[in-house]
Amino acid sequence: MARLVVLGGGVAGHTAATFAADWLGSEHEVVVVTPNAKWNWIPSNIWVGVGQMSKEEVTFDLDPVYKKAGITYKQAKAVSLNPEGNGSSDKPFVTIEYTGQGKAGKSEEVTYDYLINATGPKLNFGATPGLGEGSQLGEHTVSVCTADHAQHAADELTKVLDKMRNGERQKILIGTGHGMCTCQGAAFEYIFNVEHEIRKAGLRDMADIQWISNEAFMGDFGMGGLHMKVGGYVVSSRIFTESLFAERGVNYITGAHVNKVEKGKVSYELLDGTMGEETFDFSMLIPPFAGVGLKAYNKAGEDITDTVFAPNGFMKVDADYTPKPYEQWKASDWPLTYQNPTYKNVFAAGIAFAPPHLISKPAKSPNGTVINPTPPRTGMPSGIIGKAVARSVCDLIKNGEGAHLHEASMAHMGAACVASAGKGWLDGTAAAMTVYPVVQDFEKYPGTGRDTDYTFGEIGLAGHWIKHILHYLFIYKAKLKPFWKIIPE
Amino acid sequence: MATKPEEFNFSKHDQFNNSMIPGKFARALRTCKIWQFIRFIVLNIKMLIVVSKSH
Ligand SMILES: Cc1cc2nc3c(=O)[nH]c(=O)nc-3n(C[C@H](O)[C@H](O)[C@H](O)COP(=O)(O)OP(=O)(O)OC[C@H]3O[C@@H](n4cnc5c(N)ncnc54)[C@H](O)[C@@H]3O)c2cc1C
Repeated sequence: MARLVVLGGGVAGHTAATFAADWLGSEHEVVVVTPNAKWNWIPSNIWVGVGQMSKEEVTFDLDPVYKKAGITYKQAKAVSLNPEGNGSSDKPFVTIEYTGQGKAGKSEEVTYDYLINATGPKLNFGATPGLGEGSQLGEHTVSVCTADHAQHAADELTKVLDKMRNGERQKILIGTGHGMCTCQGAAFEYIFNVEHEIRKAGLRDMADIQWISNEAFMGDFGMGGLHMKVGGYVVSSRIFTESLFAERGVNYITGAHVNKVEKGKVSYELLDGTMGEETFDFSMLIPPFAGVGLKAYNKAGEDITDTVFAPNGFMKVDADYTPKPYEQWKASDWPLTYQNPTYKNVFAAGIAFAPPHLISKPAKSPNGTVINPTPPRTGMPSGIIGKAVARSVCDLIKNGEGAHLHEASMAHMGAACVASAGKGWLDGTAAAMTVYPVVQDFEKYPGTGRDTDYTFGEIGLAGHWIKHILHYLFIYKAKLKPFWKIIPE
Repeated sequence: MATKPEEFNFSKHDQFNNSMIPGKFARALRTCKIWQFIRFIVLNIKMLIVVSKSH
């Protein structure tokens, strides 16, 4: 009997664990180590953050689902890996610390034959003074990154709406809280959902809404922007993004590294080196992401974290990490199988793997401050990678070490993404977008880096319907209800 | 005072002056149920093609 341990029960980890359990059957064991008792459909946190959904609607208990799937569930966080075992045994293991199941605070060593690291991001609020401490959100701004954060954001937004009703003009600031953030899409969704709710409440005249982002240009989204075919033209996402901001009366600041957050005020540096300040009454700033800080030790107990993980804390996989200038970046730098180069029974999936470099063009201010979005790894690629890695591990278990590893390069796959711009079955809108491939391949598509036949975007009510249906569909799938396996990632 | 929303927005901020802003017809289409039902089908097909190319 082989044991697969999956660290993290988010999009990538849950996908990997549930498929692996199904493919391996009861002959082998799948263990999931994840600190939360509930699964969260993170994209719908945006609607929780504007009071249009409850926390309960976007989460569900993991325990019964894992019981049904025959998965051993440990409500715990992984702390360190010993991929060579220790002095007393050659068996690799992971050290975990319980966060629930009546054992909170207790440590345990869980041995494994195969390991999938799908621990996602550490929400690194502490990177910007005033934004928070470590992975804890600070007191001046709100966040929508977790369901709890989103609930808190909705409560604060209600207060702001009440003030407007009482005739107090309010300034709203939404965007990224550091020069190296990713996930601009979530901030984009939140600003337009907030604007939509304010408009619905008849208070639009009472609000000044301001966007602040580390993207060099509007519509970069950490992917260097995208070009789509519209009305016979190939058009940059910049044109459409600027258009939406103009239409909805939302001012914007781009190329900004927020370097300090205080009560009602942020300070920032721009790509041209100038410094600025923005005041606010309500602000949601996305934190930068880092790896969750797992440590690794060799058999002798020496720290080998640098061998297994990149400096940003994400796990090294089969990517080409050789530093090279932007002009020399290639689609083939991106990983194919997500296998750790040193320990072949260890894989990473979703946000947890270390990308070889940015997707957007790198940029620095004249003062040397790095201001560029880091690469997004959104839901669809995270799910596809999780499934491919699970398939590889199952083949290795069933067919032995020579088994073929499955590939899921972000430079060969596309992504569909639906960005909400306001919720409502009759008056909602969302930008439905696809990109193909996610990472530009300038050797294949020398102009835009992507196939313009499969890269498109359109805003409208239909997009909202899709987004809302996907909410139910993905929660249905994650609960392993009948036919869950045929729903694509 | 200008009444059309695009008039108001173009003048509101220098940033908006160089943008394209949808007119009344384009805005109406965005929430026109019949048109959006057609787009819903088209978008689903387009997305499924990209999804099938990616798995
Ligand atoms: C507000 C918001 C909106 C978004 N909207 C969209 C969208 O519309 N479309 C889209 O495609 N993507 C969206 N995304 C991105 C999407 O949520 C991520 O791409 C996806 O969740 C990444 O999956 P993952 O499994 O890598 O990480 P996660 O889903 O974050 O899962 C990581 C898991 O690991 C667990 N974990 C953390 N530390 C440890 C540890 N030490 N040990 C064990 N487990 C640990 C976490 O608790 C979590 O369960 C959005 C993100 C945000 C924040």
